[in-house]
Amino acid sequence: MAVVEVTPPIVGTTTPAGHPNVPGGPVGPVPDAPAVPAAQPAPRREVRRQLSGVRVSDLLNVCGAGVAAFALATLVCTVLAPVTSPLGFTAITVGLFLALYALLVSLTESGVSVRDKLVTVVVHGAAFTLLAGLVFVVVFTFSRGAAALPHVNFFTQDMALAGPLDPLSDGGIRHAIVGTLIQISIALVITIPLGLLTAVFLSEIPGRFARLVRTVVEAMTALPSIVAGLFVYATLILALGIPKSGVAAATAISIMMLPIMVRSADVVLRLVPGTLKEASYALGASQFRTVWQVVLPTSRSGLTTAVILATARGIGETSPVLLTSGFTAAMNSDPTSGPMVSLPLAIFQFVKSPEPTMVARGFGAAAVLMLLVLTLFVLARVVGGSSPLKKDARRRAREQARTERRRRAAARGPRGRRPTPTRTPHPTHRPDQEQS
Amino acid sequence: MSATSASTDVPRRLGTRRSWSDRAFRGTLVAGGAAVLAIMGLVGVFLLIRAWSALHRAGWSFFTTAAWEPDSGNFGIAAILVGTILIATVAVSVAVPLALGVALYISEYAPVRLRQPLVSVVDLMAAIPSVVFGLWGFFFLQGHVTGLARWLSTTFGWFPPFSVPGSDPHDPLATATVYTSSTFIAGLVVAMMIAPVVASIMREVFMQAPVGEREGALALGSTRWGVIRRVVLPYGKGGIIGGTMLGLGRALGETIAVYMIISPVFAVQWHVLANGGSSVSSLIALRYGESTPFGTSALMAAGLALFLMTLVVNFAASSVVARSRSGASS
Repeated sequence: MAVVEVTPPIVGTTTPAGHPNVPGGPVGPVPDAPAVPAAQPAPRREVRRQLSGVRVSDLLNVCGAGVAAFALATLVCTVLAPVTSPLGFTAITVGLFLALYALLVSLTESGVSVRDKLVTVVVHGAAFTLLAGLVFVVVFTFSRGAAALPHVNFFTQDMALAGPLDPLSDGGIRHAIVGTLIQISIALVITIPLGLLTAVFLSEIPGRFARLVRTVVEAMTALPSIVAGLFVYATLILALGIPKSGVAAATAISIMMLPIMVRSADVVLRLVPGTLKEASYALGASQFRTVWQVVLPTSRSGLTTAVILATARGIGETSPVLLTSGFTAAMNSDPTSGPMVSLPLAIFQFVKSPEPTMVARGFGAAAVLMLLVLTLFVLARVVGGSSPLKKDARRRAREQARTERRRRAAARGPRGRRPTPTRTPHPTHRPDQEQS
Repeated sequence: MSATSASTDVPRRLGTRRSWSDRAFRGTLVAGGAAVLAIMGLVGVFLLIRAWSALHRAGWSFFTTAAWEPDSGNFGIAAILVGTILIATVAVSVAVPLALGVALYISEYAPVRLRQPLVSVVDLMAAIPSVVFGLWGFFFLQGHVTGLARWLSTTFGWFPPFSVPGSDPHDPLATATVYTSSTFIAGLVVAMMIAPVVASIMREVFMQAPVGEREGALALGSTRWGVIRRVVLPYGKGGIIGGTMLGLGRALGETIAVYMIISPVFAVQWHVLANGGSSVSSLIALRYGESTPFGTSALMAAGLALFLMTLVVNFAASSVVARSRSGASS
């Protein structure tokens, strides 16, 4: 099918040089030049052209079709057909809008362009729907939890003495917050050393055994969290007789987190340029030195991101904790004995109650949990380097300052000694990690 | 190094002898890998062993029985497996078009300035705990979506999965409870949960579509849709399929959101809009506490079946992604 007839108005503006064509995503060298490892200064990156071309007539078309669709839908719903639900009204409006918009555009443009415009509208609609829905989930949680959040006792008391009928000024979720922190700390103590060791193993000692480990780890990322919980429940609690406790819950969380962490750390470590390692070996460094002083520092930010994202995942796990930690309304800071509740589990138990105050507590706890995840996420962004855009800008600024210095030094004239050659920045891109 | 005499030329042996520290280091690494392999293997093997007694006793009827009374020997996963697959189907068919829209919007349409924040928002949404989505589904969606369910069932009732037995659309006083706690609502909640993950993977692949090919398409006069259709989508095919499969894997294993919504029934429930449904994971969450050892074994067998299903889906996804042009980027 030929799509060469009509060009929409394209204002081809090139973005500033250095804008990576791939913002985000683990990107090493330019994807188009895989044969050249990132040894030499990277060739000028291809910059994606920005297409923007909103004309006044486009806007008018959209507005006109929108108004017409709304009016027609109102007519249909009130006079012609007995549609009362807002959902049905919306659906009719959207359908009419698409038809009218196509009609309006086709008055002035050809079929190819009409299709292009329609797709544009549909994509915008789908994106807006999903994003709005997701934002609504968050806003809904915060608004329902707003009743509980302003009470200081919500964060400083536990539920031991507060019953379902007590007002929100009694009782709180301190036990759940403490439980979550303790459990995730234990899980991290288990998973960070083991996960990083395994990731380094996978990248440093490749071979059959490493392939086997990688395959098994990849398979385990598919393990449903409830099955991990069931495993711990059956082994630790039923078979070994360890009571339901924080340690059991932390073990279940670790089993969930370990494959995620190994996998994302493995991806990060594979992005370390081979030239760096070879340079280190050429200087006579041992493998341990190379890993310790070259590989790990190079990928430090990425590894941190991997750890933090796995933490964010583990902190929100409900189902393994449901099976393994038991439930208590009282504070318990001893992970080895007695049931210990965590935030997701507390939410789950709170909202089971029909009492509105308990439900409000549940939503408040959910808001706290989301804030915790958000904090971890922001932390991951800060540590893992901000956006590539900003990083690139920083790099350019540095280079500019350097050339400026060099020029000034040259302008001062040769005073017996040449200006000291500045160290050129290492050409490799530091990988920006973003696990999907 | 070698003590050869001056008269005979012996080729030097090339090879590195590792220092003791290096050997210790490599030993530690291998030990770490082996430990992880052991843990992960243990989970799988243990599941299999514990599930064996139940599987052995039930035999093939394990896959055909639609009841869950393990202690009287009458149990099987026919009903819950169907429920699981139906929930995942609803979730994927709602989530994937929306996720595709978001991915295309971010990579193709959004203003440059908005792109990075949107990427962050989607990634953050992918990290929201599932219990939050469960809350939203239980307290908001449940009450607001029955209208849609009623409309679907009256309009498309001729299509068997959409019919709702026991409902009479012509009865103005009919209660809406036949439409609540259904597979459909659980599927919608799971859809919201997996959509950001799917969108994030698709977006990543779309953004890697080669600039040269985009320029080529534009130079030939194609519209934006032309570029998307002829360059971006073919390039990102692997990402679309891989992302969908990954979302499917998540949807199959989701527990809490489903557990909060659905009212469990242990019969094959084809009617997605009707009250009642089931899934393997919600069954485990429901029954683990009251089980005898044999009951636990039966739950293990159900968990094993679920695990095998998600495993197949995941491996299929990764092989599709690895073979595609965009490569295994995620």
